[in-house]
Amino acid sequence: MSTHHIQLTVNGQVRAADVPARLLLVHLIRDNFDLTGTHIGCDTTSCGACTVLLNGKPVKACTVLAVQADGADVLTVEGLEQGGQLHPVQEGFTAKHGLQCGFCTPGMMLTAVALLRANPDPTEDEIRWGISGNLCRCTGYMNIVKAIQYAAEKLQVQEAQPA
Amino acid sequence: MPDVNGLGHSMRRKEDPRFIRGQGNYIDDLKLPGMLWLDIVRSPYAHARIKNIDTSKAAKIPGVLGFVTGRDLEKYNLHWMPTLMSDQQMVLPTDTVKYQSQEVVGVIAADRYAAADGVAAVEVDYEPLPVVVDPHQALQPGAVKVRDDKDSNRIWHWEVGDPAATAQAFAQAATVVKEKIYIPRIHVASIETCGCVADWDAANKHLTLYMTTQAPHAIRTVLALVAGHVGLSEENIRVVSPDIGGGFGGKVPVYPGYVIAVAASVLLGKPIKWIEDRSENLAADSFARDYHITAELAADKDGRITAMRMDTVADHGYSDAQAAPSKFPAGLFHIATGSYDFQTAYLAVDAAYTNKPPGGVAYRCSFRVTEAVHAIERMVDILAHERGEDPAAFRMKNFIKPEQFPYKSAFGWEYDSGDYHKALRLAMDMIGYEDLRREQAEKRARGELMGIGLSSFTEIVGAGPSKHFDILGIKMFDSCELRVHPTGKAIARFGTKSQGQGHETTYAQIIAEELGIPAEHIKVEEGDTDTAPYGLGTYASRSTPTAGAAGALAARKVRDKARKIAAHLLEAAEEDLVWERGKFHVKGAPGRSKTIQDIALAAYTNHPQGLEAGLEAVHYYDPPNLTYPFGSYICVVDIDRGTGQVQVRRFVAVDDCGVRINPMIVEGQIHGGLTQGFAPALMEEMQYDENGNLYGGTFMDYMVPTAVESPKWEVGETVTPSPHHPFGAKGVGESPTVGAPPAIANAVVDALWHLGVRHVDIPLTAPKIWELLKRHGAALEE
Repeated sequence: MSTHHIQLTVNGQVRAADVPARLLLVHLIRDNFDLTGTHIGCDTTSCGACTVLLNGKPVKACTVLAVQADGADVLTVEGLEQGGQLHPVQEGFTAKHGLQCGFCTPGMMLTAVALLRANPDPTEDEIRWGISGNLCRCTGYMNIVKAIQYAAEKLQVQEAQPA
Repeated sequence: MPDVNGLGHSMRRKEDPRFIRGQGNYIDDLKLPGMLWLDIVRSPYAHARIKNIDTSKAAKIPGVLGFVTGRDLEKYNLHWMPTLMSDQQMVLPTDTVKYQSQEVVGVIAADRYAAADGVAAVEVDYEPLPVVVDPHQALQPGAVKVRDDKDSNRIWHWEVGDPAATAQAFAQAATVVKEKIYIPRIHVASIETCGCVADWDAANKHLTLYMTTQAPHAIRTVLALVAGHVGLSEENIRVVSPDIGGGFGGKVPVYPGYVIAVAASVLLGKPIKWIEDRSENLAADSFARDYHITAELAADKDGRITAMRMDTVADHGYSDAQAAPSKFPAGLFHIATGSYDFQTAYLAVDAAYTNKPPGGVAYRCSFRVTEAVHAIERMVDILAHERGEDPAAFRMKNFIKPEQFPYKSAFGWEYDSGDYHKALRLAMDMIGYEDLRREQAEKRARGELMGIGLSSFTEIVGAGPSKHFDILGIKMFDSCELRVHPTGKAIARFGTKSQGQGHETTYAQIIAEELGIPAEHIKVEEGDTDTAPYGLGTYASRSTPTAGAAGALAARKVRDKARKIAAHLLEAAEEDLVWERGKFHVKGAPGRSKTIQDIALAAYTNHPQGLEAGLEAVHYYDPPNLTYPFGSYICVVDIDRGTGQVQVRRFVAVDDCGVRINPMIVEGQIHGGLTQGFAPALMEEMQYDENGNLYGGTFMDYMVPTAVESPKWEVGETVTPSPHHPFGAKGVGESPTVGAPPAIANAVVDALWHLGVRHVDIPLTAPKIWELLKRHGAALEE
């Protein structure tokens, strides 16, 4: 098995590793970098618990090789809070009770972050379609939708305020 | 001082701050020094003799360190283990495998990739044997025998009620309906699979087992009983259940993987991690339901239900590995008389072994209540339609009346409280029932297919009173240990284990209500058997009815002691003190008072002579009765005549779970439960071919609903407190999972009844409905 030296930015920090070619990105994040907020729920790119943002786009890290992330910018759940301030999506999930067991939550939140970047004012249907690659077994999605609506409003207010 | 946040407050969850930051501590997040990996070779056959196991190639793979086989475990008599129903289950086979995906060899390696390489390189030579998949066939004479240690495939026959009186009532009935109803095999499919880290300390003969379990204390005792002869002693076993990524009953049983991990840790002297992948999870453990019910209902000439009869075949796979109270092999299936007032009934269940994975677990269900409710609610609907009566009016006529509570059912359950009419009326008002019936008539005249389905279920939860309820002999009480610290803050530990229900929040609110200490100042812990008091765990909606009650009563014991301390501080007689939440004052002198925080400090700094220092209490709560939550659900469906697709247009759910602790959390549970009821009604099923091969063991083919399919739930509530629970709560987690499927099935049949359709088994998939439409000449075909 060939080993490859890779370097990437994870949550704003430059990280390097020597990895076997077959190592999955999710294992690089969890096992090599000890960022265990990114979870594993299936083997088939179905559940989305392992969703991270790779160069700003949501990917299921169980189906991306670590070597494919060489030179990339990765955002995981641990990078959402900035300077002690929760991301509005994080705030929305707790304010609207968008989580129960918490296992799908990191992946769901990162999908939501990407969704709101692409579509700052989504309809309910757009939110439901937007998160349809992420499975939640606890909430029935009602409050996840509300959490994302909460975040959308908050982000729009922030956007409107002069920096 | 923050708000007290007692009962009825939708305070934000105390567990959220760690989960939204990715700082939860789930089993796969645990990393111990020197930890090795376990992966498992599994059988491709549903029934086969193992001729040879060759690990030589696997042993040469870098990083592969060892193997565990049934023969290895046989030396210690650990190749078998008891199930929670006192049946037996192989940990690893010595001779034959009995279901597809059964564990065959454990492979230990330095990391998860090497372990998987090792699994791929182990060569097992199998001789396939004949297979029996259908439980009806399994019960026929001459059927392939599943278990070598048993005489036949019949596990047990169980019956309840009066067969003669029931036969007589049916003979005298004006209307009789009969239907075969299959409740398919499904899977909990929690997003986190099962797993463990077993850490054996040889020097101290101490085992720490971190494990995805809903019942850590019971697991510790089972381990001590099963492995005592090899040196595992209960004081040296610590089971820790970390954050759990969804349980739903699937994390109650002991799966072979846990035991193999323990054995491997003992054999190699290293911590061993085992984490299932999704396919292993779906294919090998925690299936639920799989009941084949023949149901009959009788009514008199006025349309009053007079009798019920049910005959059922239960498929348990290769071992009876369900987790039901030992007295009730079919669980609480005999709640099947439901919300209706009749006193003649008979119910029989025959359980069968088949070449399928062992089970079945009570998936978000109080031991077979889901099966019972589906059967009675379908039958009541069929009976109403057969008589040409409106299903709502028919239910109203036959409901147990509010003044009849406590109500003794035909099978002997004592329903604690209820107002079924009120819940159904509210659901009808919320959805606009009469208007919907008019709309349906208009649409039907135009050839459109619209259905309205009802389900007015009675649940039975909070197991349970010790005179009837135990698991492997351990009574089903639950517990709380509460300590108030000198600064007026507190820690409370419980025998249950949250898997997303929010116990850290709701238990704190219960104690806050009782003591006036803000919930924010009460830390709740569960899941560590070294620190938490003994309890039977979280499943069957039992946490609030049992451990929640224990929390309230432990707090009342603390309050009793606080009264003595307050009397000392206020120089007043105890009987002259009045409790108002958070403080005692002297009767007639509200200004002379001591807060619970003052009293807590005094308990450590100025306690009265003759009284023990400290302020703490333990309570083990043995409930006097079960609790009986209920509700009425109404569902509106539209059926596409071109595709057979069923669209749930509206779904109103009125739940009565007694007093609500945290309405936000209750509503969240209802949303999730409804979605887990919607799923088997329309999407999910585990199907096997005639060779015992599972059709699909991944999320590509086991269809868990996404946000797109899931309906927009409309919820309502009535509140009928439980008269025997310390603060009137009943438990809610399962009601929606139990109540939703028949509402959806009834809506679909309601849409199709005029075509001659009397029943359809769930899941009501588009292909199934499409075939039905074609058969009844209602399909739109080009």
